[in-house]
Amino acid sequence: MRYLTDRKRAAGLGSAKSGTAHFWAMKVSSVALLILVPLFVFTFGPILGQPFEVVLDYYSRPFPAIVAALTLAVGFKHFADGAQVMLEDYVHGTLEKVLIILVTCLSYGAAAAGIFAIARIAL
Amino acid sequence: MADVNRGNRPLSPHLSIYRPQLTSITSILTRITGNALLLAALLIVWWFLAAATSPEAFAVANGVITSMLGDLVMALSVWGLWYHTLAGVRHLIWDNAVGLDIPTATKLGWAVVIGSVVLTLLTLVLVA
Repeated sequence: MRYLTDRKRAAGLGSAKSGTAHFWAMKVSSVALLILVPLFVFTFGPILGQPFEVVLDYYSRPFPAIVAALTLAVGFKHFADGAQVMLEDYVHGTLEKVLIILVTCLSYGAAAAGIFAIARIAL
Repeated sequence: MADVNRGNRPLSPHLSIYRPQLTSITSILTRITGNALLLAALLIVWWFLAAATSPEAFAVANGVITSMLGDLVMALSVWGLWYHTLAGVRHLIWDNAVGLDIPTATKLGWAVVIGSVVLTLLTLVLVA
């Protein structure tokens, strides 16, 4: 007699190997972006096109700097997750894996570069 | 025989068979806007990096982003951003298994299309 429930014996044996983690991650980042995007548009928007010194002064302030850094961090995570789903839909085989890795690296790289730049301006 | 009629069997309808509908167009636009926003996002990262580097680097990046072409890309991206945001709200609503009937889905689709244009004009007026 086996002391395992039916559910326990079945867990992990499906083809998906994971459940709703990806869906949930996108849901969390989308709700976060719902707050961040308007804040970013109306802080970054007016300052785009301003002279160099004005830009440096503005992004030395905590609020716009934190909003911009968070928007890049959450936005690029959301992009990486979403672009991965698109690639899974349209590309198959080795190219699919290669492109997912490239998109993931590009997303984290761009987020890191942007956040570094903002920190350097702000501090 | 299983393969007597091979190649001549009816296929299930696919994208090219259907007449474009508001629901299908708004759906694919969500994906297109979301992925196209990469361009503006990378331009903005470049702009921040240039500002953190030197006045000369900033002049180049700022010049490109505020050029005619840059303005066009950023204006279209503002629309893409608001469209994708509103379409995302629609998905958050749908995630609760609410509003999936055709009349409501159509209304939500128009709300996304019209709302995105209104928010874009509002943004361009307030920001530009």
